[in-house]
Amino acid sequence: MTYPSSNRFCPAWRSPLSRSRELDLELRGVSRVFSRPGHRVDALDGFDLSVASGEFVCLVGPSGCGKTTVLHLLAGLEQATAGTVTAGGIPVTGPDPSRILLFQESALFPWLTVAANVEFGLKLRKMPAPERHRRVDALLRMVHLERFAASWVHELSGGMKQRAALARALAMDPAVLLLDEPFGALDAITRDRLHAELQEIWMRDAKTVVFVTHNVREAVVLGDRVLVMSQSPGRILSSYRVDLPRPRHMEDPGIIPLATQVLRDLVPETAANG
Amino acid sequence: MAEGGAARRGRMSVRLQQVLFFGALLGSWWLLGALRIWPRYIFPTPDGVAESITRGFGGGSYLPAILGSLKRLAWGYSIALAGGTVTGFLLARINWFKNTFGLLVLGLQTLPSICWLPLAILWFGLSEKAIVFVVVMGAFLSIALATEDGIRNTPRVFVQAARNMGANGIRLYSSVILPSALPTIVTGMKLGWSFAWRSLMAGELLYAVPGLGYLLMMGRELNDMPAVVAVILVIVLIGLLTDKVIFAVAERAVRARWGLQKRAEAKQQ
Ligand SMILES: Nc1ncnc2c1ncn2[C@@H]1O[C@H](COP(=O)(O)OP(=O)(O)O)[C@@H](O)[C@H]1O
Ligand SMILES: [Mg+2]
Repeated sequence: MTYPSSNRFCPAWRSPLSRSRELDLELRGVSRVFSRPGHRVDALDGFDLSVASGEFVCLVGPSGCGKTTVLHLLAGLEQATAGTVTAGGIPVTGPDPSRILLFQESALFPWLTVAANVEFGLKLRKMPAPERHRRVDALLRMVHLERFAASWVHELSGGMKQRAALARALAMDPAVLLLDEPFGALDAITRDRLHAELQEIWMRDAKTVVFVTHNVREAVVLGDRVLVMSQSPGRILSSYRVDLPRPRHMEDPGIIPLATQVLRDLVPETAANG
Repeated sequence: MAEGGAARRGRMSVRLQQVLFFGALLGSWWLLGALRIWPRYIFPTPDGVAESITRGFGGGSYLPAILGSLKRLAWGYSIALAGGTVTGFLLARINWFKNTFGLLVLGLQTLPSICWLPLAILWFGLSEKAIVFVVVMGAFLSIALATEDGIRNTPRVFVQAARNMGANGIRLYSSVILPSALPTIVTGMKLGWSFAWRSLMAGELLYAVPGLGYLLMMGRELNDMPAVVAVILVIVLIGLLTDKVIFAVAERAVRARWGLQKRAEAKQQ
């Protein structure tokens, strides 16, 4: 999909130079072994996952089952021990700005202001300054951090950090957005607002999203599909299609029954793990 | 960041203690001197020392000596800084270099750098270069080790996030790894500076070149105790000014900007 450069179709933070295109994702028979002498962890073993381009997939599973590993493999930050990882049909061999990962812990750079953090990748792309600044302003407004553009990272609360990191990820206008429990530490109001923002962005830009969460309701609110992973080494246990109309909210009546169903798959896994 | 009245009162009472202590010290010094228990060349009086300092600055013997010392220090420190950061970088990046040369660095770090003087004199002759070499050896190792430490401890997520956004090679180093390591490197630079300063004074004492160490030896040769104490005071002042003012301020500024301020303060208390 290409974007017309007219502003009518192009929100201010989205550049006409955008490199965004749609990408589907695929993991086939993927194993990931972490080994050091005398110790071996099979984080993933024969793992399969397909995400259609423009699809919003949520991944839930007990902790330690390999969710973060899946995202790192998709981002190209780690390599599979066996099996294939492809994006848009092309093997993933390393990280690329078309697939941006939002880390579980804050990966904002403390030596830069909030605005400079959001700007970081745009500078690497050599985007001209006026356009860069316009885009950073628009993104910071979107995550409601415009008043904190000049703040240092350590001056932000946990939730504000996560919003700034989301703005930094979106600045790259990636075709694929990989989110690792991004809203876990947020208060309910901020989280609800970001759910709305994320759905809006996704509906508008047709990004491919893989969203890892431990909150089953959140998964049902956001995902086209919710995948439940078994405990380590994680496999996909079950898959739920969510056909409720968007934008969805945590309180929507359709959410709870489906979430309960998903939870029924997840609880034995979590219990066995504990 | 409003500070409580208790904290301010605490600070006031610390100041008061300090004023009282140094006042008492100066008073007893003056009193002991006035009692003339020991001869002047054993125990100088405060006014004798003050006069010597005034004469030193006025008569033009201090300034060239200070400049001479600082010039040597600047040379040695610059070389140590350049070599130390590059070496630290290599130690952090190349494992076999760390496993081999790194051991050597650790071993040599236990050697007081003045021990290099005989070697330096054999290499460079009785020249400025020999002392500069000793200064370099004083600062080099701590800067190298701090740089290595800072680079090695760059949080993985910073590097991963930067690579994900398209940073590679030199850009990855200049815009992520070095900034991330900077607080540690600055601490190493501060330590290196104080080692360099000590090495310089030791070198100048052993070997006559125009400098503060040489002034100190002159005082001894002339049996001029006030001059000796006066130069010691000047050396202490310069050391305090650079170490505790310039470097400490730079270190605190960097740590504050990186959001490490609170830990630094807690450590100091
Ligand atoms: N760098 C690593 N070195 C060793 N083991 C790792 C590493 N990263 C993850 N693991 C292990 O792999 C498994 C899956 O981890 P992870 O993908 O982080 O799980 P999750 O995100 O689902 O909690 C865990 O057992 C974890 O201990
Ligand atoms: Mg995880």
